[in-house]
Amino acid sequence: MSALLTVEGLRHGFYGVQVLNGASFEVRQGTVTGLIGPNGAGKSTAINAISGALLPQGGRVSFAGTDITRLPPRERVGLGLVRSFQLARGFPRLSVFDHLMLYGQGHPGEGFWQSLTGGRAGRQHEERLAETALSVARRLKLDHVIDNPVSALSGGQKKLVEIGRALMAEPRMILFDEPMAGVNPTLSAQIAEHLTALNEEGITICLIEHDMAMVARLCDPVIVMAEGRKMTEGSFAEVVADKAVQEAYLGVRHDA
Amino acid sequence: MLSYVIFSATTAGIYGLLALSLNLIWGGAGMVNLGLAGFFAVGAYASAILSLAGVPVPIAILAACAMGAAAGIGATWATVRLRGDYHAIVTLGFAEVVRLVAMNERWLTNGTDGLPGIPAPLKSVLGPQGFAVFYLCLVLTILVAVFLALRRLDRAPFGRVLKAIREDQDLAGFAGKNAMRVKLIAFAVSAGIAGLAGALYAHYQSYISPDHFQPLLTIYIFLAVTSGGVGRPAGAFLGAFLVILFLEGTRFLGHLLPGLSSGQVAASREILVGLAFLLVLHLRPQGVLPERIRPAPAQ
Ligand SMILES: Nc1ncnc2c1ncn2[C@@H]1O[C@H](COP(=O)(O)OP(=O)(O)OP(=O)(O)O)[C@@H](O)[C@H]1O
Ligand SMILES: [Mg+2]
Repeated sequence: MSALLTVEGLRHGFYGVQVLNGASFEVRQGTVTGLIGPNGAGKSTAINAISGALLPQGGRVSFAGTDITRLPPRERVGLGLVRSFQLARGFPRLSVFDHLMLYGQGHPGEGFWQSLTGGRAGRQHEERLAETALSVARRLKLDHVIDNPVSALSGGQKKLVEIGRALMAEPRMILFDEPMAGVNPTLSAQIAEHLTALNEEGITICLIEHDMAMVARLCDPVIVMAEGRKMTEGSFAEVVADKAVQEAYLGVRHDA
Repeated sequence: MLSYVIFSATTAGIYGLLALSLNLIWGGAGMVNLGLAGFFAVGAYASAILSLAGVPVPIAILAACAMGAAAGIGATWATVRLRGDYHAIVTLGFAEVVRLVAMNERWLTNGTDGLPGIPAPLKSVLGPQGFAVFYLCLVLTILVAVFLALRRLDRAPFGRVLKAIREDQDLAGFAGKNAMRVKLIAFAVSAGIAGLAGALYAHYQSYISPDHFQPLLTIYIFLAVTSGGVGRPAGAFLGAFLVILFLEGTRFLGHLLPGLSSGQVAASREILVGLAFLLVLHLRPQGVLPERIRPAPAQ
């Protein structure tokens, strides 16, 4: 399988502290690739550079053969690369339904003239999208709050909206930054199922996660980051067997 | 008395257009336009100067609309990257620049003396009374048409994107939306509507001068949109009529409070406007017809 996303030598510092230290890794087409590592390892910062939330001070990001290092976020979305946020974000006063609708891509009805004249192409796309949004809401058990503003949702529901947006965008690849953090076990099991389903539909996933049982269940391969660069990579079994990983991340001590 | 009511209703209609213009940009995209009076002035002067030069009035009005939109793009182009406060200050500066140009470029605007004799369409045929009624109908027709168009936009996918940008511009980018482009379109349309309102004002008054475009006008429109309901065209529409009702209502204050000189009456009106604004914000911060979430289609 070929690499869909390639990150080469990413460097970035905040306030003189080097957070990304030449991070290089790739995510292969069709995989659910785990990205794990200690707090502050630079995982979210790497995702920020990949999604365009941050322009890295050095290094290169390419997606599907295109250099996207300096593209604005919306053009990356246009190429089929979407992300979720570690702290769920939303448009506070817009409804769940509107959120889902907003993530549909290439909607002709969003143009000014199309909206003003109510052109057919836009109307039909809107209807199709609305059907998808309603079924996504049902799938995520958000249908009973579909008209509520997102600011009025619980923390877990906000996480579900993040998943729903990814479902709506029908991207080639999704970057998930801890989609299950702060969510109850039943819900996180459901989220895991959604991720598996997304992957089975052919969407490549890069998943940051601290819950090792989840990583074991979902991710192959697993990339371990520490101090701003890739430490090692392999199957879950391989990386947990790695002594350096055990010391840096898993809290296993090796007393010589 | 009747002609006074007609006059007030026509003014309210023109304010209504300005309120719709402000609501599109403020309620829709979350951009504060403190220079509304400036775009209004651009439209008024453009239509007045063109029609005085012999251009037919309808064409002059359309050109004024386009000039307003162009001024909107100009004022926003360099600043659309700036956030909130900065953009608002630029628009405030823009309105002052327009007023200074109108005061000083005598060859174009006749300076502080203003432009008299602006053609009033059909006035010679209809007579003053008939003209007043005709013009009221014209203004209200245009107001309703603009209102319906904006309500349609508000409920359409474009309006949804606009509100998303208002809520979180960066996040809209992660949803694949081109925030700059959408904001620029919204601002151009909004400024075009303000220009249209200015043109209608000029042909109604037959005389304009820089004095007519004071920042106070912008404040009245903010009052209209705030009291009517930000983010909903119907709210802006209603708010404009409420503000005129209030402004004209307080005109009769002098009769109720006999001890006051006319200067004092004028001053107390402005105090009352300020108090009314505070009262509205206190009692109903979301306005009379606030923005609401439109339910998802049933299934
Ligand atoms: N915007 C910022 N300004 C300053 N420092 C930042 C910023 N973003 C991240 N950092 C710092 O960069 C380092 C890496 O942060 P990052 O969020 O990438 O870690 P992470 O691997 O995602 O950790 P976690 O597992 O806790 O989410 C941290 O020390 C953090 O304080
Ligand atoms: Mg993180």
